Amino acid sequence: MSEILSAPYVLEYTYTRSTGPVVGRFLESLRYEVLEGVKTADGRVLCPPLEYDEEGEPTTDEFVQLRPSGTVKSWSWVPEPRKGHPFDRPFAWALIQIDGADNAMVHAVDAQKAKRMRTGMRVRLRWADEKHGTIHDIACFEPMASYVPSPVHLEYDVNPGKHYSAYLRGLQEGKLIGGRDPEAGKVYVPPRGADPMTGNPTDEYVEVADVGVLTTFAIIRIPFEGQKLTPPYCFGAIVLDGADSPIYHLISGVPHDEIRMGMRVKAKWKPQDEWETSLENILYFEPTGEPDASFDSYKEHL
Amino acid sequence: MAEPCAVIGIGQTKHRESRRDLSIPGLVRDAALRALQDADMTWKDIDSIVIGTAPDMFEGVMTPELWLSDALGAAGKPMFRVHTAGSVGGSTAVVAAHLIQGGVHEKVLTLAFEKQSESNAMWALSPAIPFQPQLVAGAGGYFAPLMRSYIRRADAHPDTGCMVAVKDRQHGLLNPNAHLHLDQTLEQVKASPMLWDPIRYSETCPSSDGAVAMVLVSEKHAGRVKNPAWVKGTSVRTERTFFAGRDQVNPAAGKLCAKDVYDEAGIRNPLKEIDCAEVYVPFSWFEPMWLENLGFAEQGEGWKMTMEGKTKIGGEMPWNMSGGVMCTNPIGASGMLRFAESARQVRGTAERHQVDGAKVALGHAYGGGSQFFAMWIVSSER
Repeated sequence: MSEILSAPYVLEYTYTRSTGPVVGRFLESLRYEVLEGVKTADGRVLCPPLEYDEEGEPTTDEFVQLRPSGTVKSWSWVPEPRKGHPFDRPFAWALIQIDGADNAMVHAVDAQKAKRMRTGMRVRLRWADEKHGTIHDIACFEPMASYVPSPVHLEYDVNPGKHYSAYLRGLQEGKLIGGRDPEAGKVYVPPRGADPMTGNPTDEYVEVADVGVLTTFAIIRIPFEGQKLTPPYCFGAIVLDGADSPIYHLISGVPHDEIRMGMRVKAKWKPQDEWETSLENILYFEPTGEPDASFDSYKEHL
Repeated sequence: MAEPCAVIGIGQTKHRESRRDLSIPGLVRDAALRALQDADMTWKDIDSIVIGTAPDMFEGVMTPELWLSDALGAAGKPMFRVHTAGSVGGSTAVVAAHLIQGGVHEKVLTLAFEKQSESNAMWALSPAIPFQPQLVAGAGGYFAPLMRSYIRRADAHPDTGCMVAVKDRQHGLLNPNAHLHLDQTLEQVKASPMLWDPIRYSETCPSSDGAVAMVLVSEKHAGRVKNPAWVKGTSVRTERTFFAGRDQVNPAAGKLCAKDVYDEAGIRNPLKEIDCAEVYVPFSWFEPMWLENLGFAEQGEGWKMTMEGKTKIGGEMPWNMSGGVMCTNPIGASGMLRFAESARQVRGTAERHQVDGAKVALGHAYGGGSQFFAMWIVSSER
């Protein structure tokens, strides 16, 4: 126990303050969301207005209406707001030169993050919902966006075409369909309509195995907008037995550090009653446990 | 026979993560004005404008060439847009050169730009299309398997990619326009997180805002400046994304494009006859891959040149003196930045990243799934 006695004590009282003709007019205008500055005898504009300028001269009775925006001349970040601060989240105190004024006003900037603050930044005034003719009628200033949202929205039907449709219908029945170039003999999965190397149509459909060689792969560890899968996941190129072009799919059912080029993998299908016209019928490819394919056997597919 | 074509003006913005101080019209105008000033020209001198940028979905701006015509002084003049994915900056410059070489115009302003801070390339490259599982995760997700293939095929030293990152970032320190100014050690690069295994964070390019412009002229106007860069060869090639037996690591289109541009420029041995190159390397492993694809090294040997320091400024074959795409990547502009840097080198105006006595340089761009290629050779001699 401390030898020194102590008790909490609050000293609190609301005084009244005469605002005078200049500051009084400024505060009264705030009630009507009007921001005014006062002219000095030598023609400068002060906002907030003062009765006497820094030269000791009385300011005039000439007021000018100003735009509710300005420039930050200096600022200090408040990472941990205290009681009585305008926000319960981090904000900045700033010296703000209102557009058209020659002095600066101290007020709060609701910038959310310190990295958004810089000297010279443009800010706009945010009015308080309720006005009482005090400086608090200005809720704060906020960073002025130099950009606008520019939404894009397109709606269209995806028609996968004749050959890709045959491939998708095959998937619905649990089959992987390729298109064969009758001359070169190359089998494209999915069928591409024509062999890009020969120009020959690949109208002859052949079923290929749901087992093949993982030729190469990446482990995706980066999140991004619109991503359906949660990283990390493995994305690989698989040349199915009987095919001459790779398909791309997830590799799973094996720790990432055990995934190898040349690994033999097999499709892991969804339950049959969930099959649709989609490669998503295959959840992923997983190791078969067979010995790896030799590098020479798949190097032409890299 | 083609008319001679020379680069007499080059301008670029300061490239940064975000140029919120400039609108897209303001950004392209900044680069264009710098190029005009460099060429000692005004808007009135220009006959036509050729512009390139990345696919529309990146920035969500359709037909930007119409929107930007006033900012580029194009009212009443022919304006043409080129559209070849990541290689666009290069093929845009090639189209501009062809307008001169074909005798169509005498003074062409060409320009490429991208504001990545207002775009979303990851989203645009990874759409969830009906009937297909969404698997690809941006450009890195697409290219990472190819790098794994390269490493295996060439039995490359695993540090090669990190060495490229360190080297390009050192070069970028010499370039005030570069976006990244990073004094990184090999250990720091190796310790950066894996994003798309085998690609680490520090082995990838940044996302940048920037634009670059060039003024290309016929021989009659080349005398406006004392040090024009002469276009000695141009080439573009394309191949399909998927075909049986496609070599994605060392694509045929890239090899054919290189052969074509060397033939036109009369180059038999690029390693001996080219003094330096600016090559599109958005992920560090592309340096050794392109060293082989472009004929600077035998297949499987490219990584050795990197590991031996030959691609540094002062080395046998400096690559990406400006810091390259690894330091600055406004996607649509990245290809033209390579072309512009190659021209700056042979003009002797590359300041602190100048290769001493550079006379012949290669500018290179690629795009899509390593399938669109654009190249030029520029020389200080007509």
